[in-house]
Order: sequence, then structure tokens, then C-alpha cells
Amino acid sequence: MTALPRRAEPYLIHGALALAAVIALFPLAWMISVSVMAPGEAASSPPPLVPASPTLASYRELFSRAAIGRHLANSVGLALAATALSLAFNVTAGYAFAKLRFTGRDLIWKGVVGVMLVPAQVAMIPVFLLLKQVGLVNTYAGVLLPSLASASGIFLIRQYARSIPDELLEAARIDGAGELRIFRSIVLPVLGPVLVTLAMFAFLGSWNDFLWPLIVITSTDQSTVQLGLASFQGAHVTKWNLLMAGNVMALAPMLIVFVGAQRWFVRSLATTGIR
Amino acid sequence: MTRPRAAWWLVSPALIAITVFLVIPVALALALSFTDFDIYGVADRHNVRFIGLANYQRLLAAPIFWTALANTCVFVAVGAPLSIAVSLATALLLHARLARARAVFRTALFSPVVTTVVAVAVIWRYLFHARHGFLNHALGWFGIGAIDWLGDPRWSMLAIIVFAVWKNSGSNMIIFLAALQAIPEEPYEAARIDGATRLQQLRFLTVPALAPTLLLVTILTMVGYFQLFAEPYVMTRGGPAQSTTSVLYYMFEEGFQWWNLGFASAVAFVLFAILLAGTAAQLALARRWSQP
Repeated sequence: MTALPRRAEPYLIHGALALAAVIALFPLAWMISVSVMAPGEAASSPPPLVPASPTLASYRELFSRAAIGRHLANSVGLALAATALSLAFNVTAGYAFAKLRFTGRDLIWKGVVGVMLVPAQVAMIPVFLLLKQVGLVNTYAGVLLPSLASASGIFLIRQYARSIPDELLEAARIDGAGELRIFRSIVLPVLGPVLVTLAMFAFLGSWNDFLWPLIVITSTDQSTVQLGLASFQGAHVTKWNLLMAGNVMALAPMLIVFVGAQRWFVRSLATTGIR
Repeated sequence: MTRPRAAWWLVSPALIAITVFLVIPVALALALSFTDFDIYGVADRHNVRFIGLANYQRLLAAPIFWTALANTCVFVAVGAPLSIAVSLATALLLHARLARARAVFRTALFSPVVTTVVAVAVIWRYLFHARHGFLNHALGWFGIGAIDWLGDPRWSMLAIIVFAVWKNSGSNMIIFLAALQAIPEEPYEAARIDGATRLQQLRFLTVPALAPTLLLVTILTMVGYFQLFAEPYVMTRGGPAQSTTSVLYYMFEEGFQWWNLGFASAVAFVLFAILLAGTAAQLALARRWSQP
């Protein structure tokens, strides 16, 4: 095989990367483009790439026709609550598994790791029946309860917490600080970056969650943006401009948050590959 | 407060939550799968009867289950290697010494991961549209006739695979990138001095160094892909002609549209068993290969 000329290499590499980036972004860019097209403009052959004259009519119709304002509020509320709960439940456990000794710690930890293998869908039917018994179907609590603690969240925190030097904690103990005080004043600040990461994943996970809210939520008023979008799609199958406007509403918050904080996402995902 | 006592306070909330919402329900699901819990059971618990393995027998005898299983296996067998290959290729490109503007490309390539299936599935439905879709339009430039991606049972699963690969490759790419960045430089310099070509460096240095990561990524991707649900639900509703019905989609239909909850639990457990077997098989294979 003849060697590629050295000078061509940068072009090939960047060319390939550019092609991949275009493939990755094209659907999203087009989504925005279609959302500002006139009704029916998108349903023509050949398919138009750019609107003839951009208009915000689709967005106006969306807010008046679909209950998208309500759904957005529901999604935001749920995502914020899920984030707070995930931080509360997973950080404490992650630190304890990493730095504190207690009976059966290693055995229980093996159990937690094993839990990561179980697909969540196996538990969904019984949890649904359980929630039905206590009347929590179609409530915020019903959506939030199953994901209070997540094995992978605890895993992430434990991974980072292990790097806290023991001497730091010992010195504080010798000085007479209680365990919970140590957790609050020493551990939490050190864990800062990974807390941000966990928060982002919790927010993203909750925002994008589909199957469980689909099962638990039964009324349009309580629906999230994803559910609202899905049923909206069913009702307006070929009104592409409306559908895309709805998409932009559903995707924009996450994309904006992501682009602004992409370093955190990337860094945290990277650590899952390192054992 | 003593250390063990504090530890229990810190650990209990999460452990209780996991036990109540995962461990116990999984055990209950197993129990449910041995009953005939259906719409009558939802109305009144006393309508439920124990029926032993009847659900499993019915499930194994139902042609649609095997269709769903075959569809899911096709999705995993084609989609997973494709996705991993794309992730690895883009990671290698990003990692190349000569690559510039890494952060920009990385963000672009990762953004599909951040999107929701529900939203982007519609975009792709438009792209796959037989008449107005861009994909067929682009195929026309190469003289290829229009394909009814979502209406033809022969092409629908491929459409789902293309969509899933587009959406998911970004996250494995990041994992590979991190692993690549952890490989030391010295062996490569020695190889270059010895005159090794890029391909040889890739084969004898990079791939072995990536082996543990490759295993992790393969297991994670396969486990994830076996749980295919949202894509067929939003894009094709399991059709046309059940060509995109996955095992999980089948479970959802049986459980939450027909309310055959006992039967659906059996489906869920079969899926779980397959996942466990698949993961165990992969780990065993990996152990075998790493022993010379």
C-alpha cells in the first residue's frame, strides 16, 4: 500500500471530521429551517433546504394550539426535582462507599454494581402497580420515585470520591470534627466538578425520559414535553413545520445547556471508560 | 457520631430507594410472570390466579415474540458493530496529532446524543420520507431509485439502525477518545523509528491498548441496543407489518395497551435473561481471548 503524501494528511483528517460533523448536525439544522417555513412548504419535491421567507407562525400556533407552555413547565419542574433528588441520594451513598468503613460494605457494593445490569423495564410493571395501590399514578411523585437513587450515579460519585486523600479526612477527625461536618465542609467542595456532572446527567436523563413517563402519566395536563410532542405528532402527522417547531421547543433547552457546559459532559463520560 | 453510624445514615436513603424501587419490583415481576394478571386483575386483585409457566409457554409459542426477537437481534447484530466502528473511527480522527479545532468537532459529533429520541425521530421520519425526504433526494443524485424507508418492511429496520447509529455513536466516541488519550506516546515513537506504517501502529499498538475499553463499550452498547423501544415507538409504531417490533416494544404493547401485565412481565424477564446470558458470554469470550 503506497503511503499517503504527508501534505494531504491534514486535509483528509479534517475533511473526514467535517463530513462527520455535517452528518451529525444536518438533521438539527434542517429542523430549525423547517420550523420557520410556511405551512405546507416542506411537503414538496424536491424537499426545500431553506425557507422562502422565514416566519414564526408555527411557533405562535404551537403555543396557542398545543399546551406546550404547560408541558415545558412540567418538564422543567420534573427535571429540577430529579436533579436535586439525585444529588441528595447518590452523593451521600457514593461518598460512604468510597471512604467510610461499615459492616458488609464491600458485599453491598457488589450488589449495587450487579443492579446496574438489570434493565429498568423489568421493574416498571410492578412499580406501576405499586404506585397504583398508593394512588400515585399520574403524579410528579410517581414519575420521580423510581429514579431516586441510581446505581450508576453512585458509581460515578464513588469513583471520584476515592481520590480524596485519607489524610485530609483523618486530620479533620483528629481536630474533633464529626462525620457529617466533614462531609459538608470538606468532601462536598472537593467533589464540586463531579457534582456538576451528576446534576447535568440527572437533568438530561429526566428531560429525555420517555417510557416511564409514558406509563405513569395519563393526562395531558401532567404530560412532559416529550409526551406532549409524541401525541402532538400523532395528531398532526404531516404538518412538518408545526412538528419541527415543537421539536425546537423540546430540544433547544438541552442543546443550549449542553453547548454551554460540554466540557463537563465529555469529562464525565470519559471517566466511565477508565477502570 | 461514630464512623459506621454516619456511614449508615449516608448510605441508607439510596439503598432503601434501590431496594424498594428495583430489587423488590424485580422479584415481584418474577412472581407476576407466573400469574394471569390482566385487565380483570387491575380492576380487582382477587381475579388473579397462579398459572405456573403458562405465560412462558404462550410467549415461546407466539410467532410475534420470535419476530420481535429476530428484529431485536438484527438491530443489535448490525447496529452495534456499526455504531462502535463509527465511534472508534471518529475518535481516532479526533485523536490524530494533526487534528485541529478538536473541541468544535467533538461538540458537533456529540450533539445528537443530547437530543431526545421523540424529537429527532420526527426529523428523521421527514428525512426518510418516500417523496419529500432528503435521503431519497440525495440517492437520486447517484441514480438510485426512491426507497420507501418507513413503509417497506424490508427497509424499515435499516432505517431504524441508521437513525440509532446517528444518535448514539457520539457517547462511545467520547469513551474511546479518553482511552486513546491515556495510551503512552513512547511505543509509537519507537515504532515510527523502526519504520512501522500507520496501519501497523494501529493494529499492533492501538487496538491491543484499547481492548479493555472495546470490551466495555461492546457490552454497554449491546445491552443498550437490546432495550430498543423509543425509536420504533416514535418512528414506526413497530410496523410496517411488525418489521420493527422489538422485544421491549412487544412488552409495552402487551403490558400497557392490552393490560396483560402477567404476560408482559414474562416477556420482560425473558429479555433480562437474554441480557444476562449475552453479557456473561461476552465476558467469557474476552477472558478466553486475553489468555494466550
